[in-house]
Amino acid sequence: MTSRIPHIFESNKLKNKKTFISYLVCGDPSKDFTLSAMHTMSKSGVDIIELGIPFTDPIADGPVIQKSIDRSLKNKTSLRDVISLVKDFRKDNKDTAVVLMGYMNPVHKMGIVKFTKQINDSGIDGVLIVDSPPEESEALNKHLKKYKKSHIYLASPTTTDQRMKSISKKSSGYIYYVTIKGITGSKLSDVSSIRENVNKIKEYSNYNLPVAVGFGIKDSNSARKMAKFSDGIIIGSSIVELIHKHSKNKKTMNSKLSSYLSSISKAI
Amino acid sequence: MKRKINLKNYPNKSGHFDQFGGVYVSETLIHPLKELFSAYKKYATSASFKKILNNELKDYVGRPTPIYYAESLSKSLGKSHIYLKREDLNHTGAHKINNALGQALLAKKMGKTRIIAETGAGQHGVATATACARLNLKCVVYMGEQDIKRQSVNVYRMKLLGAEVISVDSGTKTLKDALNEALRDWVTNVDDTHYIIGSVAGPHPYPMIVRDFQSVIGHEARNQFKKDYNCLPDYLVACVGGGSNAIGLFHPFLNDKVKIIGVEAGGSGIKTGKHAAPLSAGSPGVLHGNRTYIMEDENGQIQDTHSISAGLDYPGVGPEHSWLKDLKRVEYTSVTDDEALDAFFTLTQKEGIIPALETAHALAYSFQLAKKQKNKKILLNLSGRGDKDIDTIAKLTNIKL
Repeated sequence: MTSRIPHIFESNKLKNKKTFISYLVCGDPSKDFTLSAMHTMSKSGVDIIELGIPFTDPIADGPVIQKSIDRSLKNKTSLRDVISLVKDFRKDNKDTAVVLMGYMNPVHKMGIVKFTKQINDSGIDGVLIVDSPPEESEALNKHLKKYKKSHIYLASPTTTDQRMKSISKKSSGYIYYVTIKGITGSKLSDVSSIRENVNKIKEYSNYNLPVAVGFGIKDSNSARKMAKFSDGIIIGSSIVELIHKHSKNKKTMNSKLSSYLSSISKAI
Repeated sequence: MKRKINLKNYPNKSGHFDQFGGVYVSETLIHPLKELFSAYKKYATSASFKKILNNELKDYVGRPTPIYYAESLSKSLGKSHIYLKREDLNHTGAHKINNALGQALLAKKMGKTRIIAETGAGQHGVATATACARLNLKCVVYMGEQDIKRQSVNVYRMKLLGAEVISVDSGTKTLKDALNEALRDWVTNVDDTHYIIGSVAGPHPYPMIVRDFQSVIGHEARNQFKKDYNCLPDYLVACVGGGSNAIGLFHPFLNDKVKIIGVEAGGSGIKTGKHAAPLSAGSPGVLHGNRTYIMEDENGQIQDTHSISAGLDYPGVGPEHSWLKDLKRVEYTSVTDDEALDAFFTLTQKEGIIPALETAHALAYSFQLAKKQKNKKILLNLSGRGDKDIDTIAKLTNIKL
């Protein structure tokens, strides 16, 4: 099945809404919790779920997500588990897009052909591999295209104009604009330069590719600010923190998560 | 063997050694790495930079380091001859200063004011802290919590030299996690900070830059050997963790008719799974910005490593080594903790030279080789001195200092 992502951005645009993307690490505190949290996300206004594949050496992540990944790895969560969890999710949800997000080595180990076939068989819509820029992911890009899945690339404050042009051509689904120089969970920097770069990327893609912004968005206030000029916002560390805080009680976790996400959803 | 390619012409433009190497990093680091590459090409290859660096290497580091014929050791082993390239005689006691000083000078040229580094055994940390003191640069060293315990003397040395040592308690609390943390620092402070990677690992252009700065070892050795013995050695032997001392010795000899052997850390033995020998028992994967042989489980998670030597305790290896392995130009093997320990005592007692535990791995293999071969000249990179390991050795032999 073709990626749901382009349609999601389009229909939100018609409704004058911004797309809400949320991240969580698969398998922390358990696969059961993750599945439950994903359903809560879709019921609370989230359009796209970025599901984190745990990896032992997450070089782009700050302490909150690192620790979550460590807990997930203690549960022995593998890439295969992540994919099969999405299959389970699809039994009750056909609308919310799911993007697998992680690092190259688990994908490399599984093999790109097998990986992309399983992506297709499991109702996954896209892939974002943090440590594989366009230069190192031609094969992955080719195979994802074959299945009409989204291949999301990052752009950052250090990305040159020329590169932004080339990334906006290679990316599909959306471009993930990293708002800061730094790791996940850091603080937001000045809004005007973020706005400037987001507008540039939109221009380079002839306004054909949505730009979502992530890193540093924690609450309705920062979400609202970023939503003003982007097509979507991404929240990760705050959600991971919230799930961990209520990891003893699934009911509480779901209700706290729901009210947090609803407040963001309303703000954008 | 058919060999039309010039082995010294790699990596290619995209930073690859065929299928190995590359730039597997998040987008934020792409531009800084390109900047580093341009700066390296612009400054480091210029005559004026080379002159400054060579002067530093001569007067500050103490180069050239001698080649010492270990005669009584050789005689005790058999009929072959062991020669030691004495990198342990460098200022700070290991080969690491060659690269640290080169990169610190480059950072100065680039206008960077803050240096970060990762360290395992502490040798690269000490070398970097030294170069920073010498060149008036701010220095932060990341070190795994477990290594800090194993290498307390080097931690103190770094602090004396004015560096801030940050303890890394994530993951396995060793070298690979220190590297993760240094990469995170770099991505955050990339404007004023240069990251001096200590080995030939990491994303392009690091494996090339570190190799080039370390190649002074091989260039010197090649000239010295030709001058003193009117020939080239039959064998080159060096220990391989990330592989910087090894590639430094090997690279200038790659097109010569010389047998080259890299020795990995076999820990408790390859069969036990408790080792740090990705080339001997790993598979190609992606770690720390490059594609190379790594130690991973069936799900692609990086495995814990085990070695008596903190400097070899790393689940990856420089991509050029992976390439040289697959080309069969270099043979990679391993020795166990116990074999390395034996070699440590042998060299100390026969020649009055206390080697680093890393280096002891290369020694152990050379001894085996010398026993098997007749009339061969074996040149070994004595990459570092063993003062830093005295605590470890004492503990292992139940001696209280």
